[in-house]
Amino acid sequence: MAKVIVVTSGKGGVGKTTSSAAIGTGLALKGFKTVIIDFDIGLRNLDLIMGCERRVVYDFVNVINGESNLNQALIKDKRVDKLYILPASQTRDKDALTRDGVERVLNELKKDFDYIVCDSPAGIEAGAMMAMYFADEAIVTTNPEVSSVRDSDRILGILHSKSKRAEEGLESVKEHLLLTRYNPERVEKGEMLSVEDVQEILAIKLLGVIPESQAVLSASNSGQPVILDSESDAGQAYTDAINRLLGETVDFRFLDVEKKGLFKRIFGG
Amino acid sequence: MSEQIFELKGNLFTLSVLHLFSADTALLSKQLDEKIAQAPKFFAGAPIVINLSDVQDEALDFSFLKSMLSGLSLNPVGVCNGSQEQNEIAKAAGLSVLNYSQDVKGATAKQQTNTSIVEKTVHLPAQVIHGTVRSGQQVYAKDRDLIVIGAVSHGAEVISDGNVHIYGTLRGRAIAGAKGYNEANIFCQKLEAELVSINGSYWISDSLQGEHWGSAVQIQQKNDSLEISALVKG
Repeated sequence: MAKVIVVTSGKGGVGKTTSSAAIGTGLALKGFKTVIIDFDIGLRNLDLIMGCERRVVYDFVNVINGESNLNQALIKDKRVDKLYILPASQTRDKDALTRDGVERVLNELKKDFDYIVCDSPAGIEAGAMMAMYFADEAIVTTNPEVSSVRDSDRILGILHSKSKRAEEGLESVKEHLLLTRYNPERVEKGEMLSVEDVQEILAIKLLGVIPESQAVLSASNSGQPVILDSESDAGQAYTDAINRLLGETVDFRFLDVEKKGLFKRIFGG
Repeated sequence: MSEQIFELKGNLFTLSVLHLFSADTALLSKQLDEKIAQAPKFFAGAPIVINLSDVQDEALDFSFLKSMLSGLSLNPVGVCNGSQEQNEIAKAAGLSVLNYSQDVKGATAKQQTNTSIVEKTVHLPAQVIHGTVRSGQQVYAKDRDLIVIGAVSHGAEVISDGNVHIYGTLRGRAIAGAKGYNEANIFCQKLEAELVSINGSYWISDSLQGEHWGSAVQIQQKNDSLEISALVKG
């Protein structure tokens, strides 16, 4: 049975699209047939991060309106087998998504795919609600700062009360916390909330901690999901998160300030 | 086949009921005439049902009664509470026999005499919330205590007409005794609240950040102000 995973946060700019791309790619690398859907209608970004912006012909809204079929709109990733992208429309707005339309597309995708990753827009308006309504699991992306944590808390409340699973009284949406842009040095200085602080407030299971990393920005700019950069700390942290998502127990890395060794101290780090 | 051009449905209408205390039709005619003269427009063409409960044993000429009422510009449509015999005659005179077992006025009067006010405290079981009350959520336990087994987040609000118990950290707002109950308490395992209020007295976060901040407390109303005390002594 296909699983619908929404990557959401409430607040903008915390790394939802980067995480959606990394998680979708990670699942496909593990051998699961995966599609990432961009729900951010009007602010299409996922295709850029995935490096397939020039291959977009039809989009999600076209499929909902019956202007194209699903196979015409799905873009197959060139690097990873079993990975597909369903891009958002750049010219429409979020009202173009109807609940019936989204459900129809998801049901069609469920026949073929193992994982459907929904990249939610920021906010708690129609687009975000639509992205999380049909979710089985939610990855709540949070930065270690108070406003992001509070918005994530709000999103968790909405998932609890307004999702399809909540409305139909089914088993509640499985919630995961993904802490992004984590900088142990700044945590140590007290400038950033620690993992423990965030977890104490949100009280959900920690899926991963992605360190603040140069690799993320350069990966985004070059249209490569950062998880493909297996040398980078962020790429490795996403891989750990995927393993945890699939039920493995993996120790958390990159939580403490890296101690500079003699070599680095002499030649600079 | 042509389409059906009607629909048959039940409905309820208000009808005036003419309750007869006597079978004296001449006197009735006179008295009714006087009554109608007070508000002729109100009664003009009004459909009317004749209640026979007090004249069941008397012989009544329904045809005459009907024409007499029609003459007063009333529209007799049926009878109720008549004897078997009266019902038959009424039907023959073209009146409907309606079911009307109870005299509404009598019934209410009876109810009123039976009702006596008894003051009694009704015990309602507490409302229990399992899990965190998230930012933006509001919980109101009406006429009862509220128990939260989990935290109350920043931007969340828990309200109770009785006591509020929080087995977790209170970071949002807690309001106890919302309808006015000065004995209400707020209990929490860790006080980091934005606001606490009991029976109208409230403190915001700034006033709470004293010795009890971050610890388990009980908050009560004392002399129109609030008092915080440690829940675990010593």
